[in-house]
Amino acid sequence: MIEVNKVCKRFGKLEVLREVSATFERGKSYAIIGPNGSGKTTLIKSILGMVLPDSGSIHVDSVSIRGHWNYRRQIGYMPQIGRYPDNMKIGQLLRMIRDLRPDATTTDEELIRSLHLEELYQKRMHTLSGGTRQKVSAAISFLFNPSILILDEPTAGLDPLSVETLKEKILKEKEKGKVFLITSHILSDLDELSTDILYIEDGVIRYTNTMVGLKKETGEDKLGRAIAGMMRKDFRLQP
Amino acid sequence: MMLRLTKHAIYDILRNRFVLFYALFLLVITFSLFSLDSDPGKAVLSLLNIVLMVVPLVSIIFTTIYFFNSYEFIELLLSQPIDRKVIFFSEFLAVCLALSVAYGVGVGLPVLLLGGDAGAVYLVGSGLLLTWVFVALAFAASVSTRDKAKGIGVALLFWFYFGLIYDGFMLYIIYSFSDYPMEKLTLALISLNPVDLARMVILLKLDISALMGYTGAFLKDFFGTSLGIVYSLGLLLVWVLIPMVYALRRFLGKDV
Repeated sequence: MIEVNKVCKRFGKLEVLREVSATFERGKSYAIIGPNGSGKTTLIKSILGMVLPDSGSIHVDSVSIRGHWNYRRQIGYMPQIGRYPDNMKIGQLLRMIRDLRPDATTTDEELIRSLHLEELYQKRMHTLSGGTRQKVSAAISFLFNPSILILDEPTAGLDPLSVETLKEKILKEKEKGKVFLITSHILSDLDELSTDILYIEDGVIRYTNTMVGLKKETGEDKLGRAIAGMMRKDFRLQP
Repeated sequence: MMLRLTKHAIYDILRNRFVLFYALFLLVITFSLFSLDSDPGKAVLSLLNIVLMVVPLVSIIFTTIYFFNSYEFIELLLSQPIDRKVIFFSEFLAVCLALSVAYGVGVGLPVLLLGGDAGAVYLVGSGLLLTWVFVALAFAASVSTRDKAKGIGVALLFWFYFGLIYDGFMLYIIYSFSDYPMEKLTLALISLNPVDLARMVILLKLDISALMGYTGAFLKDFFGTSLGIVYSLGLLLVWVLIPMVYALRRFLGKDV
């Protein structure tokens, strides 16, 4: 379980997160949506300890993450833009990451197979297209069988077949009781993948609900329409 | 974990062949200086002047570029269960090790083989320390900014400052205040520049401090040879530690 408590972060003059509080529970899958630059990625990176909040606290399984790094054993992270050492081959990269996790006894290589990465092992990272990089990121995030998965725009740039492969994998792992935090602008994907929704704008969480609750409230059965309906009703006045 | 990371960082450094060329370049210079001069003592002296210019320049520029190029790697590591301190020190260690080995092969081995007197040993030792000082300065410069061009600019500025500008400035002061006793002030000024410290170590050891004029004679008198060398080497270590600790602190509080 992840608890985010009144987290604030500013980059220079820009307030990216303003007293953001949220709880993410096991067995649920959270869709984090919001306009570009609303603070989604910063929130995610704060949970990962890559961005250090100015104030507020984050607890993973009731332990504060400040100054800690061991909790990241449980987290698989797929970045929005996977950036990897340029002159490394895919095979070398995967071998290196395995080498850096001597604690991991079993690895989950299903995605490496189903995304056909083995055939690309000899390719250097800088020759890869954006989509292939995304595949590598996806494979790495699931590799150590983490109980928390944080996926930042996982389906952006992937071909339709790979999108389906990845979605199947996400649904399969969700069944095992893992927590998913997924940001995306492709609402139809989130519709299938998530149970709960967080709407964030200007660094403030404006709306949280379960998917079912949201659809009931707005009387729509597609997420896209439900969100539009929600925005129309000016939910911003709600606390 | 530290060793594993250092190993991977060194692989990464060796994949581009710059360090290899650096070692080769130093090797060629060392051999040619020794073959030009029949007196190994003089050859060491000429080598000193080149080492004091080239080693800081290469160390600081290579480290800065390496740091920015491995930014992606560092980003990847930060999402893994690895302590930030471990990431920092393994990167630092990897660069220091690679450049030190290159220097050892390029200058250390041939000098010790061709004319291994005490002065030569100190030349090798202070060159290594100077390498670490400028690696540390480069880390301090590159951790402080996200902009590669700015990072390299600051790194170059460090080199210009310590290699060229500082000496001019020091000469100006010594010249302007030549009517006053200058010994202690000169000593303080030298201590504030790692390149001068390295030079002093070797000049004291080569017993040609007279070349440094009145001040050199004073330094020799003030310290005696061995104390002077210990003082300079100790201060050089401080010059490694201060920028390194600064860079570490910035790195621990950095957003990626």
